[in-house]
Amino acid sequence: MAIEIEQPRVGLSKVAVSKTHGEDSPYFAGWKAYDENPYHETSNQSGVIQMGLAENQVSFDLLEKYLEEHSEASSWGKGAPGFRENALFQDYHGLKSFRQAMASFMEQIRGGRAKFDPDRIVLTAGATAANELLTFILADPGDALLIPTPYYPGFDRDLRWRTGVNIVPIHCDSSNNFQITPEAMEAAYQSADSMNLKVRGILITNPSNPLGATIQRSALEQILDFAVNKNIHLVSDEIYSGSTFSSSEFISIAEILETRGYKDAERVHIVYSLSKDLGLPGFRVGTIYSYNDQVVTTARRMSSFTLISSQTQHLLACMLSNKEFSENYIKTNRERLSKRYDMIIKGLKKAGIECLKGNAGLFCWMNLSPLLEKPTRESELALWKVILNEVKLNISPGSSCHCSEPGWFRVCFANMSEQTLEIALERIHKFMEQRKRN
Amino acid sequence: MTQTRYYRTRSPEPEKEKTGGGGGTAMRVIVPLQGVVQGRGGLVLGSIIPCALFYFLQFYLKRNRDDPDDKNESNSTGQNPTTRSPSSEHLTELPGLTRSLSRALLSPRNSGPVSISARVSGIVKGGDSPYYMGLKRVKEDPYDELDNPNGVIQLGLAENKLSLDLVKDWLAENAREAILGNGKELSISGIAPYQPFDGLMEFKVAVAGFMSQVMENAVSFNPSQIVLTAGATPAIEILSFCLADAGNAFLVPTPYYPGFDRDVKWRTGVEIIHVPCRSADNFHLSIAALDRSFNQAKKRGLKVRGVMISNPSNPVGNLLNRETLYSLLDFAREKNIHIISNEILAGSTHGNEEFVSMAEIVDQEDTDRKRVHIVYGLSKDLSLPGFRVGVIYTFNEDVLAAARKLSRFSATSAPTQRLLISMLSDTKFVRTFITTNWERLQRMYVQLVAGLEKMGIKSIKSSGGFYCWADMSGFISSYSEKGEVELWDKLLNIGKVNVTPGSCCHCIEPGWFRFCFATLTEKDIPVVMERIQKVLKPVN
Repeated sequence: MAIEIEQPRVGLSKVAVSKTHGEDSPYFAGWKAYDENPYHETSNQSGVIQMGLAENQVSFDLLEKYLEEHSEASSWGKGAPGFRENALFQDYHGLKSFRQAMASFMEQIRGGRAKFDPDRIVLTAGATAANELLTFILADPGDALLIPTPYYPGFDRDLRWRTGVNIVPIHCDSSNNFQITPEAMEAAYQSADSMNLKVRGILITNPSNPLGATIQRSALEQILDFAVNKNIHLVSDEIYSGSTFSSSEFISIAEILETRGYKDAERVHIVYSLSKDLGLPGFRVGTIYSYNDQVVTTARRMSSFTLISSQTQHLLACMLSNKEFSENYIKTNRERLSKRYDMIIKGLKKAGIECLKGNAGLFCWMNLSPLLEKPTRESELALWKVILNEVKLNISPGSSCHCSEPGWFRVCFANMSEQTLEIALERIHKFMEQRKRN
Repeated sequence: MTQTRYYRTRSPEPEKEKTGGGGGTAMRVIVPLQGVVQGRGGLVLGSIIPCALFYFLQFYLKRNRDDPDDKNESNSTGQNPTTRSPSSEHLTELPGLTRSLSRALLSPRNSGPVSISARVSGIVKGGDSPYYMGLKRVKEDPYDELDNPNGVIQLGLAENKLSLDLVKDWLAENAREAILGNGKELSISGIAPYQPFDGLMEFKVAVAGFMSQVMENAVSFNPSQIVLTAGATPAIEILSFCLADAGNAFLVPTPYYPGFDRDVKWRTGVEIIHVPCRSADNFHLSIAALDRSFNQAKKRGLKVRGVMISNPSNPVGNLLNRETLYSLLDFAREKNIHIISNEILAGSTHGNEEFVSMAEIVDQEDTDRKRVHIVYGLSKDLSLPGFRVGVIYTFNEDVLAAARKLSRFSATSAPTQRLLISMLSDTKFVRTFITTNWERLQRMYVQLVAGLEKMGIKSIKSSGGFYCWADMSGFISSYSEKGEVELWDKLLNIGKVNVTPGSCCHCIEPGWFRFCFATLTEKDIPVVMERIQKVLKPVN
């Protein structure tokens, strides 16, 4: 019998063993709790209701109806010349018809107030990939990106992990509804400077995640001026642009550039995706729209690591180029999200909870700071644990979004049925009543 | 089968290895010392003694080192404190090399166009290589029997169109239900929402079954050890990120697939060290050559983290036999490095040789499984490069965990997965496909080789892949890369035939060319031969 001698372990890279994937944070821990005990309307009514995942399920029926009526989108038919080319198509330019459909869809969302050139669209497998790719292109390891807080927890992983780039926060607070100010941007820049970090860009999410609110025109102008002044890039993540409750309230950076005659445009890059607006995160469809030719060329080449399935491109090209479908979808989706938003705000108000005034997105930004024992992160996390384990709701604590004020929580409302939302609101109500009594 | 086992006598290398090192001798002293430095020896032993020893060691080395150019600025204590940022406590350590490179390219503030990263500025010379130029020319002027008989014929793209009709027919009948139908109703809720980034379990099961089938059931694959990615391209990049740090290296036998330079090196900062294979050996991998390259790397201060083989290989098309694979495993064990086995053409063999997967080699050997990682995909064997389905198959739980998380940046599309679950589970279809494909590849290969032979062009006997590796050194004006590229240019612009010159694949001997035949029909072969004949003017 051979004696087992311990072999030296073959090592892995720093990237592989690093914790920069961030999956140890409460943001993801809550998801785990949900995975282990998911709520179900009939079979598990005491399970955890998932309100920490920004998914849009309110308009599935519209998608199904389209696919039912348009079989050519999901198949190639007998003898269709399309299939062969499609199956072999791995050109990183992407299907022209799909890029055209995406450009037109993005224009529709902005009410035609901005024009998009299909040849400036670079396709990636999701906005996650798009953000990482841009970071690789715009910054070197050790450099920094400025990002307003609170921000999407995934950025810590997507923008930093493999790229080695740092995030320096631009602190925003409730005194002005968390809007980005020139002072805050300057302070962040100086902070990066004092740490000897070279700032390469500022990344904004508009509409904002987790705030659920659009950035005002004046702020956008100031942000662009700031980027010009410091000679840095501006990335505008607009993946929730189609999820504004009213079409006129969203102003894209593209519109600002248009009014300026595209001066200084070569530093601006827009990220978009169909994961939120179209509710298709499983399809893995993201785009980078850049006004900088070198960035477009390079991003395209780099997109080899993250191409969209040609079959998916074909399916979506059919769907999105159907103007009747896309116009109706955008309009109906907005209405339904708006309705959901009103429902949750009313429900929370009845329970005595205030939220930030929002006008977009799949979530609301809830203020539970009056409930905190102490205005600290620890108190916030303690409260979060109670809500997760006792109230059985997975919501996202503001600290995981790097919010500088404790007590704020992001609550998603579009990833469930109305009935489930009612149940969630009932639970919150009960919880608040209990608290009042104690 | 005897296997030699080499056991290391020194302590395991800690994970927080610094990139590069001051040379072999330095590492042998420093590494065990790191254990002490990591605090296991108390204050005195733990800090003062190692520092003192290190100081004296550096002094000794400086006096005796040949190469004054020390690339590895990030040696041990020389960590640049300015990269530490309080806002990101999880920041991974960065090699000094890239940082200084980026500083050198700083554009002064408030002037000039906004700059992009150094890592990008230095790259993309690849766009000018014959490999890519040829592909471009074909795109601009593609041959068509009827519509464009004078167009450029594509022999430079390793695509297989020979059996696409089988796939097309299956899809025509089954696609719609496959994507949406879960029985009777059309439902998008199965494919629309967020799915696990590393793939649907159902799809992993189907892929595992398919892999087993194409490898003639010699080994079974565990679906839980699969990470799906958007093509084999990100699979290779992800493994590179997981197994090596920036500045480390992989040994890769040449000639190799030109895309590796991008996949392995571009964003990761990992180097590739060429391990030349020669025509005298029929371009088979030699362990002696691997060993030589490993030692040379060590002398240069490059830390080798793994070997990457392709089996069947591209561009030569040969298979690695069982004995070589066992020797490779021994080698990897001895050096304590990883093996990446790119088996993306496992189902595209056409000869009578046996294909042996690395998975088969480690099946019985438990302890070495952790160093073996297999790359697979559906782009070649199923002719579906557009659908973006790649596979990382590994026995190493840590690599699995990391790769799973990294797959978020390169995930497969859900509707495509749904579609393929149905297709791959149709074992009858798969069986027919594999057999028919084998026959068609065999037929084309034989015809192409015969045609070339008639013109005095000999090729290496190949058993896998879509190409033949042919020796045209007798037809180049000078026995050099320049002569080779000149011939390539003539073939492309005069003969209107796009083939891949060996220099793109880093072949050490000039004059070899890769001819892909799986994009042709049988009618095209005589046309191709005619065109090549036109160009050839024997020099010798």
